[in-house]
Amino acid sequence: MAGAAERPLSPHLQIYRPMLTMMMSIVHRITGVALYLGTPLLVAWLLAAASSEQAFSFVNGLYGSWIGLLLLVGYSWALIHHALGGIRHFVWDTGAGFGPGPRELFAKLTIGGSIALTGVLWIVIWLVKG
Amino acid sequence: MSASPGSSMRTPRRRVAGLGSARSGTGHFWLQRVTALANLLLILIALPIVIWAAGQEQAQTLAILGHPLVAIVLLLLIFSVCFHMRIGMQVVIEDYVPAEGMKVLALIANTFFTIAVGSAGAFAVLKISFGG
Repeated sequence: MAGAAERPLSPHLQIYRPMLTMMMSIVHRITGVALYLGTPLLVAWLLAAASSEQAFSFVNGLYGSWIGLLLLVGYSWALIHHALGGIRHFVWDTGAGFGPGPRELFAKLTIGGSIALTGVLWIVIWLVKG
Repeated sequence: MSASPGSSMRTPRRRVAGLGSARSGTGHFWLQRVTALANLLLILIALPIVIWAAGQEQAQTLAILGHPLVAIVLLLLIFSVCFHMRIGMQVVIEDYVPAEGMKVLALIANTFFTIAVGSAGAFAVLKISFGG
Protein backbone atom coordinates (compact mmCIF):
# COMPACT_ATOMS: atom_id res chain seq x y z
CA MET A 1 0.00 0.00 0.00
CA ALA A 2 1.32 3.44 -0.88
CA GLY A 3 2.67 5.29 2.12
CA ALA A 4 2.53 2.26 4.37
CA ALA A 5 5.34 2.07 6.90
CA GLU A 6 8.16 -0.40 6.25
CA ARG A 7 7.46 -2.63 9.19
CA PRO A 8 9.81 -5.42 10.25
CA LEU A 9 8.58 -8.87 9.26
CA SER A 10 8.47 -11.67 11.78
CA PRO A 11 10.86 -14.57 11.07
CA HIS A 12 9.41 -16.76 8.37
CA LEU A 13 9.69 -20.43 7.41
CA GLN A 14 13.25 -20.47 6.12
CA ILE A 15 14.65 -19.39 9.48
CA TYR A 16 13.34 -22.42 11.39
CA ARG A 17 14.70 -25.94 11.49
CA PRO A 18 11.98 -28.14 9.93
CA MET A 19 9.97 -30.03 12.52
CA LEU A 20 7.26 -32.64 12.19
CA THR A 21 4.58 -30.51 13.85
CA MET A 22 5.45 -27.60 11.56
CA MET A 23 5.33 -29.86 8.49
CA MET A 24 1.89 -31.13 9.56
CA SER A 25 0.69 -27.54 9.90
CA ILE A 26 1.91 -26.76 6.38
CA VAL A 27 0.47 -29.98 4.98
CA HIS A 28 -2.87 -29.17 6.64
CA ARG A 29 -2.99 -25.92 4.70
CA ILE A 30 -1.81 -27.52 1.44
CA THR A 31 -4.39 -30.32 1.69
CA GLY A 32 -7.02 -27.66 2.39
CA VAL A 33 -6.13 -25.82 -0.81
CA ALA A 34 -6.02 -29.13 -2.72
CA LEU A 35 -9.47 -30.08 -1.45
CA TYR A 36 -10.72 -26.62 -2.42
CA LEU A 37 -9.61 -27.34 -5.99
CA GLY A 38 -10.90 -30.93 -5.73
CA THR A 39 -14.50 -30.17 -4.76
CA PRO A 40 -15.37 -29.42 -8.42
CA LEU A 41 -14.51 -33.10 -9.11
CA LEU A 42 -17.46 -34.17 -6.98
CA VAL A 43 -19.68 -31.45 -8.43
CA ALA A 44 -18.68 -32.45 -11.99
CA TRP A 45 -19.74 -36.03 -11.25
CA LEU A 46 -23.10 -34.85 -9.84
CA LEU A 47 -23.67 -32.50 -12.79
CA ALA A 48 -22.81 -35.25 -15.28
CA ALA A 49 -25.22 -37.65 -13.56
CA ALA A 50 -27.91 -34.95 -13.70
CA SER A 51 -27.22 -34.08 -17.35
CA SER A 52 -27.10 -37.02 -19.74
CA GLU A 53 -25.99 -40.58 -20.21
CA GLN A 54 -23.09 -39.49 -22.44
CA ALA A 55 -21.82 -36.92 -19.94
CA PHE A 56 -22.12 -39.45 -17.12
CA SER A 57 -20.19 -42.18 -18.92
CA PHE A 58 -17.57 -39.63 -20.00
CA VAL A 59 -16.92 -38.54 -16.40
CA ASN A 60 -17.04 -42.14 -15.18
CA GLY A 61 -14.49 -43.09 -17.82
CA LEU A 62 -12.28 -40.18 -16.76
CA TYR A 63 -12.41 -41.10 -13.05
CA GLY A 64 -12.02 -44.80 -13.82
CA SER A 65 -8.81 -44.25 -15.80
CA TRP A 66 -5.38 -44.63 -14.21
CA ILE A 67 -4.86 -40.91 -13.94
CA GLY A 68 -8.39 -40.46 -12.62
CA LEU A 69 -7.96 -43.13 -9.96
CA LEU A 70 -4.58 -41.69 -8.96
CA LEU A 71 -6.26 -38.29 -8.59
CA LEU A 72 -9.07 -39.79 -6.50
CA VAL A 73 -6.60 -41.63 -4.24
CA GLY A 74 -4.71 -38.37 -3.72
CA TYR A 75 -7.97 -36.53 -3.13
CA SER A 76 -9.11 -39.08 -0.52
CA TRP A 77 -5.73 -38.93 1.24
CA ALA A 78 -5.91 -35.12 1.34
CA LEU A 79 -9.45 -35.33 2.71
CA ILE A 80 -8.50 -37.81 5.45
CA HIS A 81 -5.32 -35.91 6.36
CA HIS A 82 -7.21 -32.63 6.56
CA ALA A 83 -9.98 -34.29 8.62
CA LEU A 84 -7.50 -35.80 11.10
CA GLY A 85 -5.71 -32.45 11.30
CA GLY A 86 -9.09 -30.85 12.01
CA ILE A 87 -9.82 -33.34 14.81
CA ARG A 88 -6.39 -32.47 16.24
CA HIS A 89 -7.46 -28.82 16.22
CA PHE A 90 -10.68 -29.73 18.06
CA VAL A 91 -8.56 -31.33 20.80
CA TRP A 92 -6.36 -28.22 20.94
CA ASP A 93 -9.50 -26.06 21.16
CA THR A 94 -10.20 -27.63 24.54
CA GLY A 95 -6.76 -26.47 25.71
CA ALA A 96 -5.36 -30.01 25.82
CA GLY A 97 -2.50 -31.57 23.88
CA PHE A 98 -0.10 -28.62 23.59
CA GLY A 99 2.79 -30.32 25.40
CA PRO A 100 5.84 -31.59 23.49
CA GLY A 101 4.74 -35.23 23.90
CA PRO A 102 1.12 -34.95 22.74
CA ARG A 103 1.80 -32.59 19.86
CA GLU A 104 4.49 -34.90 18.46
CA LEU A 105 2.08 -37.81 18.89
CA PHE A 106 -0.66 -35.89 17.07
CA ALA A 107 1.71 -35.16 14.19
CA LYS A 108 2.63 -38.84 13.88
CA LEU A 109 -1.01 -39.94 14.20
CA THR A 110 -2.07 -37.45 11.51
CA ILE A 111 0.47 -38.62 8.94
CA GLY A 112 0.39 -42.32 9.86
CA GLY A 113 -3.37 -42.39 10.32
CA SER A 114 -4.06 -40.63 7.03
CA ILE A 115 -1.91 -43.07 5.07
CA ALA A 116 -3.35 -46.12 6.89
CA LEU A 117 -6.97 -44.96 6.53
CA THR A 118 -6.49 -44.12 2.85
CA GLY A 119 -5.14 -47.65 2.36
CA VAL A 120 -8.10 -49.17 4.22
CA LEU A 121 -10.57 -47.02 2.27
CA TRP A 122 -9.24 -48.13 -1.11
CA ILE A 123 -9.00 -51.78 -0.08
CA VAL A 124 -12.67 -51.57 0.95
CA ILE A 125 -13.55 -49.84 -2.34
CA TRP A 126 -11.62 -52.49 -4.26
CA LEU A 127 -13.39 -55.31 -2.34
CA VAL A 128 -16.84 -53.77 -2.80
CA LYS A 129 -16.53 -52.51 -6.37
CA GLY A 130 -14.13 -55.13 -7.72
CA MET B 1 -2.61 -2.66 25.21
CA SER B 2 -3.83 -1.30 28.54
CA ALA B 3 -7.57 -1.14 28.85
CA SER B 4 -7.48 1.61 31.44
CA PRO B 5 -10.05 4.27 30.58
CA GLY B 6 -7.42 7.01 30.63
CA SER B 7 -5.26 5.66 27.79
CA SER B 8 -7.68 3.76 25.55
CA MET B 9 -9.20 5.36 22.49
CA ARG B 10 -12.00 2.80 22.59
CA THR B 11 -15.35 3.64 24.00
CA PRO B 12 -16.67 1.41 26.79
CA ARG B 13 -19.33 0.12 24.39
CA ARG B 14 -16.63 -1.00 21.92
CA ARG B 15 -14.78 -2.82 24.66
CA VAL B 16 -17.90 -4.61 25.81
CA ALA B 17 -18.83 -5.65 22.26
CA GLY B 18 -15.37 -7.26 22.00
CA LEU B 19 -15.36 -7.26 18.21
CA GLY B 20 -11.87 -5.81 17.76
CA SER B 21 -10.51 -3.82 14.84
CA ALA B 22 -11.87 -6.23 12.20
CA ARG B 23 -15.36 -5.80 13.73
CA SER B 24 -16.14 -9.49 13.51
CA GLY B 25 -14.59 -10.77 16.74
CA THR B 26 -14.28 -14.54 16.92
CA GLY B 27 -17.02 -15.05 14.30
CA HIS B 28 -14.65 -16.23 11.57
CA PHE B 29 -12.91 -18.72 13.85
CA TRP B 30 -16.22 -20.01 15.18
CA LEU B 31 -17.80 -20.52 11.72
CA GLN B 32 -14.63 -22.30 10.64
CA ARG B 33 -14.96 -24.77 13.52
CA VAL B 34 -18.73 -25.25 13.19
CA THR B 35 -18.49 -25.99 9.45
CA ALA B 36 -15.49 -28.27 10.15
CA LEU B 37 -17.62 -30.35 12.53
CA ALA B 38 -20.52 -30.38 10.06
CA ASN B 39 -18.16 -31.48 7.26
CA LEU B 40 -16.80 -34.29 9.42
CA LEU B 41 -20.23 -35.66 10.34
CA LEU B 42 -21.71 -35.25 6.86
CA ILE B 43 -18.72 -36.80 5.05
CA LEU B 44 -18.95 -39.87 7.29
CA ILE B 45 -22.53 -40.34 6.07
CA ALA B 46 -22.00 -39.24 2.47
CA LEU B 47 -18.77 -41.11 1.68
CA PRO B 48 -20.23 -44.65 1.84
CA ILE B 49 -23.23 -43.48 -0.19
CA VAL B 50 -21.04 -41.89 -2.88
CA ILE B 51 -18.84 -45.02 -3.05
CA TRP B 52 -21.99 -47.12 -3.38
CA ALA B 53 -23.44 -44.90 -6.11
CA ALA B 54 -20.18 -44.49 -8.04
CA GLY B 55 -19.42 -46.65 -11.04
CA GLN B 56 -22.99 -47.92 -11.40
CA GLU B 57 -25.33 -47.63 -14.35
CA GLN B 58 -26.68 -44.10 -14.56
CA ALA B 59 -30.24 -45.13 -13.61
CA GLN B 60 -28.90 -46.88 -10.52
CA THR B 61 -26.77 -43.88 -9.52
CA LEU B 62 -29.71 -41.52 -10.01
CA ALA B 63 -31.97 -43.72 -7.90
CA ILE B 64 -29.45 -43.70 -5.03
CA LEU B 65 -28.59 -39.99 -5.19
CA GLY B 66 -32.22 -39.02 -5.72
CA HIS B 67 -33.49 -40.56 -2.50
CA PRO B 68 -34.71 -37.66 -0.32
CA LEU B 69 -32.51 -38.53 2.66
CA VAL B 70 -29.43 -38.89 0.45
CA ALA B 71 -30.22 -35.68 -1.40
CA ILE B 72 -30.61 -33.77 1.88
CA VAL B 73 -27.27 -35.08 3.19
CA LEU B 74 -25.56 -34.13 -0.09
CA LEU B 75 -27.11 -30.66 -0.06
CA LEU B 76 -26.01 -30.05 3.53
CA LEU B 77 -22.53 -31.37 2.71
CA ILE B 78 -22.17 -29.13 -0.35
CA PHE B 79 -23.33 -26.08 1.58
CA SER B 80 -21.11 -26.73 4.59
CA VAL B 81 -18.06 -27.66 2.49
CA CYS B 82 -18.32 -24.59 0.26
CA PHE B 83 -18.71 -22.31 3.28
CA HIS B 84 -15.64 -23.92 4.88
CA MET B 85 -13.75 -23.60 1.56
CA ARG B 86 -14.58 -19.92 1.35
CA ILE B 87 -13.42 -18.91 4.82
CA GLY B 88 -10.40 -21.21 4.64
CA MET B 89 -9.19 -19.82 1.33
CA GLN B 90 -9.89 -16.32 2.62
CA VAL B 91 -7.21 -16.80 5.30
CA VAL B 92 -4.75 -18.24 2.76
CA ILE B 93 -5.29 -15.22 0.49
CA GLU B 94 -4.93 -12.76 3.37
CA ASP B 95 -1.66 -14.45 4.36
CA TYR B 96 0.00 -14.72 0.95
CA VAL B 97 -1.31 -11.91 -1.25
CA PRO B 98 0.39 -8.76 0.00
CA ALA B 99 -0.79 -6.25 -2.65
CA GLU B 100 -4.05 -4.69 -1.54
CA GLY B 101 -5.74 -4.62 -4.95
CA MET B 102 -4.82 -8.19 -5.83
CA LYS B 103 -5.93 -9.30 -2.39
CA VAL B 104 -9.38 -7.76 -2.77
CA LEU B 105 -9.76 -9.26 -6.26
CA ALA B 106 -8.65 -12.68 -5.00
CA LEU B 107 -11.12 -12.49 -2.09
CA ILE B 108 -13.94 -11.64 -4.50
CA ALA B 109 -12.88 -14.44 -6.87
CA ASN B 110 -12.87 -16.79 -3.89
CA THR B 111 -16.46 -15.83 -3.05
CA PHE B 112 -17.55 -16.21 -6.69
CA PHE B 113 -15.84 -19.60 -7.04
CA THR B 114 -17.19 -21.17 -3.87
CA ILE B 115 -20.74 -19.93 -4.46
CA ALA B 116 -20.62 -21.12 -8.09
CA VAL B 117 -19.33 -24.57 -7.12
CA GLY B 118 -21.89 -24.84 -4.32
CA SER B 119 -24.78 -23.71 -6.50
CA ALA B 120 -23.83 -26.08 -9.32
CA GLY B 121 -23.60 -29.00 -6.90
CA ALA B 122 -26.89 -28.12 -5.22
CA PHE B 123 -28.62 -27.70 -8.58
CA ALA B 124 -27.40 -31.12 -9.75
CA VAL B 125 -28.61 -32.82 -6.56
CA LEU B 126 -32.00 -31.11 -6.75
CA LYS B 127 -32.42 -31.94 -10.43
CA ILE B 128 -31.59 -35.60 -9.77
CA SER B 129 -33.85 -35.75 -6.74
CA PHE B 130 -36.81 -34.04 -8.45
CA GLY B 131 -36.50 -36.60 -11.21
CA GLY B 132 -35.42 -34.34 -14.07
